[in-house]
This record gives sequence, C-alpha cells and structure tokens, in this order.
Amino acid sequence: MAVQYGGRPAGGTHWRLSWNDRNVRSIVYQIAALAAVVAGVWYFVDNTLENLRRLGLASGFGFMDREAAFPIGESLIDYTPADTYARALLVGVINTLYVSAIGIILATVLGTVIGIARLSRNWLIAKLASVYVEMTRNTPLLLQLFFWYMIFLELLPPARQALQPVPDVFLSNRGVRFPVPAAADGWSLMGAGVVIGVVGAMILSSWSRRRQAATGQQFPVVWAGLAAIVGCGVVGWLLGGAPTALDRPALRGFNFSGGVEVSPEFVALLLGLVIYTAAFVAEIVRGGILAISQGQTEAASALGLKRGMILRLVILPQALRVIIPPITSQYLNLTKNSSLAVAIGFPDLVHLANTAINQTGQAIEGIAIIMAVYLTISLSISLFMNWYNRRVALVER
Amino acid sequence: MNKLSVLAAGAALAVAAAAPAQAGKTLDAVKQRGQLICGVSQGTAGFSRPNNQGAWEGLDVDFCRAVAVAILGDASKVRYVSTTAAQRFPALQSGEVDMLSRTTTATLTRDTVNGFNFAPVTFYDGQGFMVPKKLGVKSAKELNGATVCVSPGTTTELNLADYFRAQKMQFKPVVIEKVDEIRSAYFSGRCDVYTTDASGLASLRAVDAPNPEDHVILPEIISKEPLAPTVRHGDEEFADIVRWSVYATIEAEELGISSKNLEQMLKSEDPAIKRFVGVTPGNGKALGVDEKWAYNIIKQVGNYGEIFERNVGKGTPLKLERGLNDLWTRGGLQYAQPFR
Repeated sequence: MAVQYGGRPAGGTHWRLSWNDRNVRSIVYQIAALAAVVAGVWYFVDNTLENLRRLGLASGFGFMDREAAFPIGESLIDYTPADTYARALLVGVINTLYVSAIGIILATVLGTVIGIARLSRNWLIAKLASVYVEMTRNTPLLLQLFFWYMIFLELLPPARQALQPVPDVFLSNRGVRFPVPAAADGWSLMGAGVVIGVVGAMILSSWSRRRQAATGQQFPVVWAGLAAIVGCGVVGWLLGGAPTALDRPALRGFNFSGGVEVSPEFVALLLGLVIYTAAFVAEIVRGGILAISQGQTEAASALGLKRGMILRLVILPQALRVIIPPITSQYLNLTKNSSLAVAIGFPDLVHLANTAINQTGQAIEGIAIIMAVYLTISLSISLFMNWYNRRVALVER
Repeated sequence: MNKLSVLAAGAALAVAAAAPAQAGKTLDAVKQRGQLICGVSQGTAGFSRPNNQGAWEGLDVDFCRAVAVAILGDASKVRYVSTTAAQRFPALQSGEVDMLSRTTTATLTRDTVNGFNFAPVTFYDGQGFMVPKKLGVKSAKELNGATVCVSPGTTTELNLADYFRAQKMQFKPVVIEKVDEIRSAYFSGRCDVYTTDASGLASLRAVDAPNPEDHVILPEIISKEPLAPTVRHGDEEFADIVRWSVYATIEAEELGISSKNLEQMLKSEDPAIKRFVGVTPGNGKALGVDEKWAYNIIKQVGNYGEIFERNVGKGTPLKLERGLNDLWTRGGLQYAQPFR
C-alpha cells in the first residue's frame, strides 16, 4: 500500500497519536460532531420532559386506548364516537392515504396530458396549457382549496333544490350523490370474472412477448387482453343472475339517503391537490420529452416505426429516466399538502390528530404521531419510486 | 493537543447548558413585561372581538383587563392573542399566553390532564342548536339525520356526539377549525344545524347572520358550560390574583359598588366596603398586589353587572337575560367568596 497521509509514508502500524495525523483529526472531528448531535437531542428531550413534569402534564400514549367521543364526518372504515383515539387516528391515516393515492393518479394523468398539450403544434391548445400551468403554479395551494370549497358552498344549491345533471345524480352544497348498484351476489361473481380476466391477460401478454422474440410475429395483446377482462367480467355477471337493481339516492328528511355521497370537503381537496400538482407534473413531463433529441424521432421514423411506437419504444423510455426523480418529489409534495385539508374540514390525519391533541392535551405525542405517519408514507413513496427509477434507468455497460 | 482540549471544553459547555431552562413564574413575567398576555377568541361578538377602532371588546376581554388592573394597575396593559379553539390549550401550556379568557368550559380533564386551573365562572352557559327557520324544526329531537357544523377540539363537539348517541339519532358533522369558515359553511347551507354555547349562538344570530330573522335557536340546552378564565398549573400566586379579580367584580355588585358610585363608597362606614375598596388595608398585601386593586378594577372595568350589561345585556345586539348569571341573591349562580 502506497497511500500517503499528510505527506508522510503511512504504513499500517505507523500511526501516531498526534494532532498532525490526519486519521486522528478526522476521528476527533467525528466524535465531536456526534457528541454535539447527541447533546442537542438530549437537551431538547430533557427540557421537554422537565417542563412537562413541572406543569404536571401527563405524557405517554395511554390516551390511545381511551374513548375518542368526538364524531368524524367521513370514514372508509366503521367509526363511532364510542371508538378509541387509536381508531380515530387510523381513520385519519386512511383518509390521508385515500385522497393522496387518488390525487397522485389523477395528477399524473392530467399533468401528462397538459405537458404534452404544451408541446402541441396547435397554437390554441399549447397556449391554453401554458395559461393553466402558469395560473395554478403561481397561486398558493391554500387559496385554491378555499376557492374550490367556496364554489361548492356558494354556487351549488342546498340539498332540497339539488341539481340533477343526469337522472339520479344529485349535485348540491352537500356534495355529489350518485346511484350505485344495489348489493347483490351477482356483483361478486363479476368481480371474480374480472380477476380471472386480468390473470388471463397477463399470461397472454407474456406468451405474445415470447412469441415475438422467437418468430417476430406481433399479436394485438392490448385489445385481446381488454377483451379477456371485459368478457370474463360479463360472463361472471351473467352467471350471477345479471343483477340490475340500483341503490338510488332520494331526498329523505334533511338529506339524501341511498347511493354514494362524495362530500364537498373531499372533492374540494382532491380538485385543489390534483390541479395544483398537475401543473408541476406537466412541466416535468414537457422537460422530459424535450430532453430527447429530435434526431432520435427522425432515426426511429427512418426505421419505419409508427408515431405511437416511437413515443412508446424510443421517447418515453428515455424521457422517464429524466421524469421519475422530480416527479417523485411532486408525489411527496401532494401527500404532504393533503394536510391542508384541515382548513376546509376534510378529516385527514392532521385534522383528527389536532382534535385528539385538543381533547387530550397531549400535543407532543400527537405531533410525534403525525410526523411518524408522514415520514412513513413519504419514505414508502420514495422507496417505491427509487425502485421504479432503477428499473427504467438506462443500463450502462 | 491544545485544540483537542478546546473541543472538549466546548462539549462540556454544551452539556452544562443542557440543564433545563426554568421558565420564570407567570406573575414575575407579567410584572417584568409590564403587560398581560391574554388568549381570546377569533371574534365572538359580546365576548371578545375587536371593535371598529381595532380595540378588543367583550365580557371575556373585560376579565383580562381586570387582571391587568390588579397586577399592573392599568386596564390597557394587555396584549390580546387571538386563538382558535384548537390552538388555545397549546398556547397556554407553552406559555405563549399568560391566561385564557376565551369562552372556555371548565372540565375535570382540562383541570387535571391538561394541567390547568380555572378561575371562578364568568359566564354560566349551555350548549344549544341553531337552525334556519325555513327547515321548520321546533325541537332538537327532530334533528335525526341532520348535518351539523361544529368547531373542533371543543366540549361542544363531544356533547354533540353524546347527545345524538343518547337520543339514538344519526348526524353528520362538518368540522372546520377556523371560525369564519365554519360559520360561512352554516350560512351557505352546507349544514342544517350550527351548534355551540347558547351565548355564542345568540351572538352569531344577532351579529353575524345576514338576516337574524331567518334563524331560530332551539329550546333544548344539552349541556352545562361554565365558562371560566384559565391559567396553567405552576404559579399559584398568579392563579389567586386571577381568581380574586373575578370575585372582585361579583363582590362589588353584591355590595352595591359600581364604577358610578365608587367615590362615595370610599367614605362608607360599612367594614366590608372599607376592606373591599382598600380603605382598610390587608387584602392587597395578602394577594401581593396594590391595596387599591379592587377599587381600581371597579373604577376601570366595572362590577359584574356592568360588565354583563355592557357586553351581552339587554342594550346590546345579543339581548341576553341575566338568568343563571344573576347574583345568588336574585336567583342566579354568581356568588363571590368572602373578602376577608
């Protein structure tokens, strides 16, 4: 080993316990840094505990088992005020995940469309897309949320004069209510049919890939796959007795009952998150596509590839490489921004944790839970996107 | 090795500095600052709301002023911090405010788990419901299936759930922290019902409703809401001063002392009055404040009856009756402990 430290020859045993030794210095610096971090953390934790003790405040997570006693407006799982704080917070976590997941999907779709529209040769479409991006990207999200919520509250009529754009779909300031198929055995058979169809489509796709590799012959796998899914679903539905009954909304007492209701709070939050985030996604998609040189498109069409194939086989695989890392940040932003729900009354995690903090007085525990949950969600999204990024990244040899 | 020892000394210093910083006692902090920091609402007419000139007014505000008079001798030495229902307790616990005077209900868990002490009740209230008149609802028992607007982190929110559970009725809550937002949700028809303390409903209907005639307050009162100024555990002297400042306004009304006749009362021969206004010294010293403290409170803020009538009484848009808030001698619950 001919490694040189500090200008002196340094064999494995030629260590000197001296300030002039680079190894010693770096170890000392690292110990000092670690000590500073530990001391800092200890200072805050100790201070907090001491202050809590001084104020005679209870600490710990014991409150999680107590009855929450407060109502929650919307929940995907069963919840009554007789349930525990733990379950109330679980409702919040699920609501946060729900709105974030739908928001991420819709923002990706809308953002991709807008991003491509900005590159359109049609002047009007390109300009409209630009106006959209500049307007939504340059106003605060909180303001946009209030705007969407106010549209619901001020512009839509009260429940008793609900608008009915299509029969049985009611639009009022209580939200959107639409009919759903009434519970019947046939529907579960149809679901099973769809699952079988999806499995079939996957087998079909892998068979067609192997056949193309072996013989060069192509197979219309997209259409055949769709046909398998729809066909199996229809067969399941027919086997289940072809149920057609609908659970229709009807005005009863104060409100509609029957059907499914989507609350104004949820719609306003989703609209706000999707429209805001889509503007950023659009710019990222546009940048990703622009990063691929025109020569590639020309080369691909010289080889005789069709437009759709050029996009799918040449442009997108390379563009995704550029798109994925920044879009990951946008997904994280959307998830974290969903906490603005508190302003318009959608019961997300922050909203419910705030209520719990207030009813129990245990602010530190509540904030810790909020932080832990967001950290977990964000890190999970990051891990997934990093895995996907490695998959689409160019393999360099 | 010189630098090493410097580093070591630095680390030792950091550890030494990590000893918990003992916050100054509330009373000392108020005196040193020359100002009382009082947590109030975001704007409840009659209780705490800025007037046209931007000065805070209301029944709750007057008790902040009374405490400032007792400690600092001047009712204007108060800084008001507007808090939402959800922010108020963290604000008090963390020391951001010295006390709350913010339509806060005294309850067992707030007294114990949250680490607060409650001063005497300044307003006996109860939770009610308000509905638009056009719904034709006459009683809270007809509210099955209704959508209800409510502020989060309040006893109101819990009572609401309890009441509907007890009556075996269903409801859908709409819960928004910011008062303006939840009110506009109700007025736009997002909710069928708005619920809060009856006094708050009266204030909302009289002052905030576009047309007060369009809304009715249902007869049922579903809870006890004794509203009281709140201080945090840890400074008993300060808590004592807050407590006796409230009692002073009630005691004055019992003794027939008001801001109008205060000067004559200085010449009174009644020993109770002489003790109260500080002609006979003792009370001030015992509390650790000026002997003229009660005199000054009545002079600058008024007695309980004056405070009530000025802010929420018949001559105000709220038009509230004294009811439970009348003196015990007249069938109410307001009762001062003896000043001796």
